[in-house]
Amino acid sequence: MTAVAGGRRGHRDVEVTLCPGGPMLLRGAAHVVDEDGEQHAVVRPVVAVCRCDKSARAPWCDGTHKLL
Amino acid sequence: MKLPRARGPVSTAVFERMLQARDVLAGPLRVELASGDPIEDDDLQVTLWALYELHYRSFEDVDEGWEWAPELLAVREQLEAPFERALREEVRPQVAAVVGAPGDLADRLFALTDSFEGPSLAEHIQRHATREQVQEFLLHRSVYQLKEADPHTWVIPRLEPDIKARLVELQFDEYGGGRPARVHQALYARALIEAGLDASYGAYVDDVPAITLALSNATSLFGLHRRLRAAALGHLGAVEATSSIPCRRFAAGIRRTGFSDPVAVFFDEHVEADAVHEQLAVRGICAELVKASPDLEADVVFGASVCLAMDARFAGRLLDAWGNQEHVAAPGRHESVVSA
Repeated sequence: MTAVAGGRRGHRDVEVTLCPGGPMLLRGAAHVVDEDGEQHAVVRPVVAVCRCDKSARAPWCDGTHKLL
Repeated sequence: MKLPRARGPVSTAVFERMLQARDVLAGPLRVELASGDPIEDDDLQVTLWALYELHYRSFEDVDEGWEWAPELLAVREQLEAPFERALREEVRPQVAAVVGAPGDLADRLFALTDSFEGPSLAEHIQRHATREQVQEFLLHRSVYQLKEADPHTWVIPRLEPDIKARLVELQFDEYGGGRPARVHQALYARALIEAGLDASYGAYVDDVPAITLALSNATSLFGLHRRLRAAALGHLGAVEATSSIPCRRFAAGIRRTGFSDPVAVFFDEHVEADAVHEQLAVRGICAELVKASPDLEADVVFGASVCLAMDARFAGRLLDAWGNQEHVAAPGRHESVVSA
């Protein structure tokens, strides 16, 4: 999976935060490309990317890690 | 929105005053509170709800000049004191167990929200609820959801820059990220309309019991008092940390009972948004706030516990009534409710 910086304001830094036992938070990403090469646009200030591989809304976290 | 109907001597006296033109010489207002549980006291909760509402959208039949009237603020304080005491009493065991316990505060808050005992309204809605029960659930939630995020916004100017930036980032998403149609309050209004309910602000205040008003009033109590800013943020943390998975169940139940997609969209949005927000609120806001000001830990845990305890009471109330084939707020009593 790759996160691409940029978007309307051009290239900028992407901040990545790994949450213990939880998702990866991305700030400043324009879109996320999943394992199948599909591009998912980032539409909120911060997004949570699934790290447990069990989300029903992949690539985004849907809280399922808390049930594992 | 018009002033709600009075439910007892306190609301009768206060609403009578609020319906007059603001008169700076009107003098103090004396009210006598009933004994009993303030959280379930209809008269206290509807009065408090209306007094808080002066600071939000207010009422078309009330003079805006009443917002900072000392005699109304005095009554508000008189109602808030027993309400806050009851809330503190309600969650004393949880607060005692979590505050000062070993481990990272964020982990302790997540453990608290995961383990809090309470009936699962979400599971019932997902699997068993009738269409009327789903509609009633939406109706109750409208009292708070149409001002979702607003009570926590009061806290912003009371914070140091680093926590403030984190809270604004979260609230920006609550308010649609600059897109009016995506404001969570607007998404909820859309859901109400599509479910055949009245989406106007405060439409169901007269139809819901004290506990539904108390849910909303607890957030206003925390939001409007600087002294309770950490409780407001703890409350926010618990709201967000108990949202993603239940919202997925609510959305499933809404679709199962044949409501259209736009009714479920509000809950779909919260599955994804709150998976982000719970990390922001619990780790980035609550835990960081307490790192900077350790003396605020007890209030953070208090606010989080109040959210969980009030949700549990509300869920119990609905499930008890539904178990007896009854309604807490009968859909259909209100003119604009379309029979399902």
